[in-house]
Amino acid sequence: MKAWIFARRNAKEILRDPLNLAFGIGFPVIVLLLLSAIQANIPVSLFEIDRLAPGITVFGLSFITLFSATVVARDRTTSLLSRLYTTPMTAGGFIAGYTVPMLPICLSQCLLCFLAALPLGLTPTPRILLAAAASLAPALFYVALGLLCGSVFNDRQVGGICGALLTNLSAWLSGIWFDLELVGGAFRRIAYALPFVHAVELERAVFSGQTDGIGTHLLWVLGYAAVTSAAAVLAFLRQMKKQ
Amino acid sequence: MEAIQTFSLTKRYRDVTAVDGLDLTVHEGELFALLGVNGAGKTTTVKMLTCLSRPSGGDALLGGESIVKNPAAVKAKIGVSPQETAVAPALTVRENLELMAGMYGLGRASRRRRAEAMLEQFSLGEVAARRAGRLSGGWQRRLSIAMALIGAPQILFLDEPTLGLDVIARSELWETIRALRTHATVVLTTHYMEEAEALADRVGILRGGRLLVCATPQEIMAQTGADRFEEAFLRVVRGEGGTEE
Repeated sequence: MKAWIFARRNAKEILRDPLNLAFGIGFPVIVLLLLSAIQANIPVSLFEIDRLAPGITVFGLSFITLFSATVVARDRTTSLLSRLYTTPMTAGGFIAGYTVPMLPICLSQCLLCFLAALPLGLTPTPRILLAAAASLAPALFYVALGLLCGSVFNDRQVGGICGALLTNLSAWLSGIWFDLELVGGAFRRIAYALPFVHAVELERAVFSGQTDGIGTHLLWVLGYAAVTSAAAVLAFLRQMKKQ
Repeated sequence: MEAIQTFSLTKRYRDVTAVDGLDLTVHEGELFALLGVNGAGKTTTVKMLTCLSRPSGGDALLGGESIVKNPAAVKAKIGVSPQETAVAPALTVRENLELMAGMYGLGRASRRRRAEAMLEQFSLGEVAARRAGRLSGGWQRRLSIAMALIGAPQILFLDEPTLGLDVIARSELWETIRALRTHATVVLTTHYMEEAEALADRVGILRGGRLLVCATPQEIMAQTGADRFEEAFLRVVRGEGGTEE
């Protein structure tokens, strides 16, 4: 009950900020439109909408990390968390309150991206719903990363690290814009050792209905989600103790 | 029953002792001010009493519950208004109040009822639908105290409640704080001596983590031979007067 009330508050904090809506939904859709416009004017198949849209949904999730981390970090720096720590709510309630409301936001963001891609030529298929559901796996990773960053960094640092660094990592090392095989070498090896490309491949596989490799990509993503969640819980409890 | 009793309450950070064997009693229904210069141990004491920080030694009973053995029970009995206004900026004033009521486990109807009562008690009705982050400092401070009271606490901690407020807002808040005594025992920390003198039944003065004196403002002035309370405070912290406890 307490965690639910706290979760609703966190969702309101995020959804009532017009900048969050602009970046969380507006920016991925603009990228989708821009790349589709480029594709329409070049002879080679570089940004096929059926491959691009699932990738963009994952890219959009990197903003969820920023939003989540910002709420946690701001609550720490404004002492709202200190105040709430003096109430009977438990540590588990705080962690659930910060993470659970992000998942429906992720799901909505993903569906909106697919909806925006339909007029651009995305194949209308019920697998859109499956792909949206599958996005919950990378969403777990991105949300946990938000809790981790918010517990470790202050709100200004979060802006730089999650807003700039993570979105760039998520963009360049995910194979959304270009085939990583074209670059190859160490870049490709690093990319495949990180979860971003696996998240994109997972989304593409589910959307296209190709079951090959889904398990492997899912394991990579869930593995990273589990490790990041454990680190996030530890970091949150540590800062709670430090308060 | 006493509202607060501390027994050799101690907090050490590596080689620094922030609070050193504090023995203190705050009576039920009392407005008690904790004073001291920066680094005296006020904030650390309040952090321990509000279960934000675990003592290195000793214990304290709040409403008969131990901060060491049963912090959950202590948390159900206290309300805290931190030095920073600490409100949820994107929520309205009413939503902030209902959020805090929810943290104390109140059901929906009770949350609404309590929020309504706080809006009335703190004259927050005219800003009830405004987002807290857009309020002036005085309104935010008033909301912050209302949030601390919404769980109907037995003991209320107010950390520098009038810091940064103008004279009018401060005067209004003093009236509000005076009125709180009928609802709860109030522990106040402040840097303003006139505030402590005007509001507190008794005052505890800390220096270097130790309680130097604990008495009414008038008694402290009499002990130090000072005409003004600020002068009495200075004499105590400089070691020129007061009674070591």
